Amino acid sequence: MVQQLLFIVVAGAALWMAFRQFKRVRRNILLGKDVDIPGDFSQRLRNVLLVAFGQQKMFKNWLPAIFHLFIYVAFLITQIELIEIFVDGVFGVHRFFADKLGGIYTFVISFIEILSLLAFVATVIFLLRRNVLNIARFRKPELKGWPARDANFILLGEIILLVGIFSMNGADTLLQDIDPAHYTDTGNFAVSSWLGPALFGSMEQGALIVVERFGWWLHILTVLGFLVYLPYSKHLHIILAFPNTYFAPQQPRGEMENMPAIMNEVKSMMGLAPENPATDELPVFGANDVTQLSWKNLLDAYTCTECGRCTAACPANLTGKKLSPRKIMMDVRDRMEEIGKALDNGKAASAADYQDGKNLFDYISREEIHACTTCNACVEACPVMINPLDIILQLRRYEILTESAGPQDWLPMFNSMENSGSAWAMSVERDQWAKN
Amino acid sequence: MGKKLNDMSQFSIRTMAEMAAAGETPEIVFWVGCAGSYDARAQKVTLAFCRILHEAGISFAILGSEERCTGDPARRAGNEFVFQMLAIQNVETLNMYGVKKMVTACPHCFNTLKNEYPALGGHYDVVHHTQLLQQLINEGRIQMKEGGVFKGKKITYHDSCYLGRVNGVYEAPRAVLEALDADLTEMKRSRANGLCCGAGGAQMWKEDEPGDKRISVERAEEALATGARVIAVNCPFCLTMMTDGVKAKDKQDEVMVYDLSELILKSANLE
Repeated sequence: MVQQLLFIVVAGAALWMAFRQFKRVRRNILLGKDVDIPGDFSQRLRNVLLVAFGQQKMFKNWLPAIFHLFIYVAFLITQIELIEIFVDGVFGVHRFFADKLGGIYTFVISFIEILSLLAFVATVIFLLRRNVLNIARFRKPELKGWPARDANFILLGEIILLVGIFSMNGADTLLQDIDPAHYTDTGNFAVSSWLGPALFGSMEQGALIVVERFGWWLHILTVLGFLVYLPYSKHLHIILAFPNTYFAPQQPRGEMENMPAIMNEVKSMMGLAPENPATDELPVFGANDVTQLSWKNLLDAYTCTECGRCTAACPANLTGKKLSPRKIMMDVRDRMEEIGKALDNGKAASAADYQDGKNLFDYISREEIHACTTCNACVEACPVMINPLDIILQLRRYEILTESAGPQDWLPMFNSMENSGSAWAMSVERDQWAKN
Repeated sequence: MGKKLNDMSQFSIRTMAEMAAAGETPEIVFWVGCAGSYDARAQKVTLAFCRILHEAGISFAILGSEERCTGDPARRAGNEFVFQMLAIQNVETLNMYGVKKMVTACPHCFNTLKNEYPALGGHYDVVHHTQLLQQLINEGRIQMKEGGVFKGKKITYHDSCYLGRVNGVYEAPRAVLEALDADLTEMKRSRANGLCCGAGGAQMWKEDEPGDKRISVERAEEALATGARVIAVNCPFCLTMMTDGVKAKDKQDEVMVYDLSELILKSANLE
């Protein structure tokens, strides 16, 4: 009875806190410009099923892909056991589904156990990859401090989850022999049927009950902890990968978004369209802050799990330039959080009213966006269809069109294009080569 | 064979304006691009490709002085005004002539004409020259010499970003290389994972940002590591960058960088 009450209170509080945090994430994403993302529904579904659900793009690099798959499948399938934990917790019963499902129960839990064991191995390997092995993409400056700790917290959390599951099932296996009236026969589970006796075989009934309860509570508290932690963490990709692939743009990769306002302005200058009514307002072109990026750019930023596949493929980063596509995504998220926090603290009624004298350029330097070759390697590399390039190009547009700034080197090119229609200023005819 | 491969005395290159004045319509418009028009090395590629079109009996025209830069570097630098100025003029010109089909030897022009002009009212069937080369070879309109210059020679192929990763054209250029009977050796990073030459996004027109190395050198090292004697490219900017990279490694006497059309012209059975 005490445990039931405790469970309901703790679970209720955790769900409430998580709900509020997820609402905050949603609000922050909607700080972005409201744009329509045209797309074909069947293609969207394909992206969700193949790229998010099917992990298709992870398999460009098969070794981490397989370990990641272990953790992912274990996570998906453990949800079944989680349902039982909730039912048991709320109603104060023990292994509610065991006698109702019989052999199927034994099979499902055994399957979960095998995947959990594989996930355990994978998690240890991931900890080694992040902390011991010298893997370049985990050694970049943007990961120093909180991002590196965040990654380790998640991996340690996963280990705690698995310790919980195996303590609970291992002790339960032994208790089924000692006290069959209270501990329903579950059949032999694939891992805990041998791991339980090996670890806890020498324990008395009292100690076993403590271990079983400890495992149960450890597992569910970690799950609830994860739920509350997610909105603060890079680990949000486990949820946002699905909407992010669903809303992935479907126009040709090489098509930069047209700017109709400028197109019409130029057309009227050339006498090809009616003159635009002049407005007093100075237009803002491109983006210098998250409120001028699209909500999809911001969803991208929250979806990013900082794996660094983009940065590892970036030719600028590979040759020692400051640009790191992953950092672009992290900076966009940090800026979003900064504005979101100000709104939470009542510093402004809406993002439009909020002024702190800062913008995205306080996070992302000019040097970074100037180093991009627009090669699309980052876009190709992302396993969850994030597009860092789109953000870089919007920043470049702001710099050139709104600030009239940008690399000096480009000025002769622009001038030559304007004056002679060629990227280089030449004194000969364009088709001189054909006139010999 | 005494005459030069791109000997212009064999044929003349006509402009759209000349053809229209004569009441003729070409099968295809060859979009030359700024590099193909003005860069001394890329001009050779332009001439080689014209010669191939001529030999294959394709009636084609260029826009000549009516062609403008497509605006790709301006747009990617962030300068939408300059892009629109150029693009609108080009669309006006192309639509005035009723152009339907175009070929270009530049993947940046290819991408902009194909993917970005539709939003400005320019709808054309655009192919990259490597796609047309593949078609001409498949149709037997260009035939290779028995035991061509590159038979059995190690060639590596560099995917340009805007033909490969951006537009998904990986196989046509490889099929063209196969016709040479050469030993095609892939670099570690190829197709969708191909490494940029360093010129895109208007980098061609500016100094590199501070770093350890030039991207072109990184890519040239990878190409040289294959042991190939020829690096085949499909883009005038890659051509410049890869040539620079090879030079930086002091290998310019052993390893040559060629556009695919040049390789085909050297191996084709010309009358």
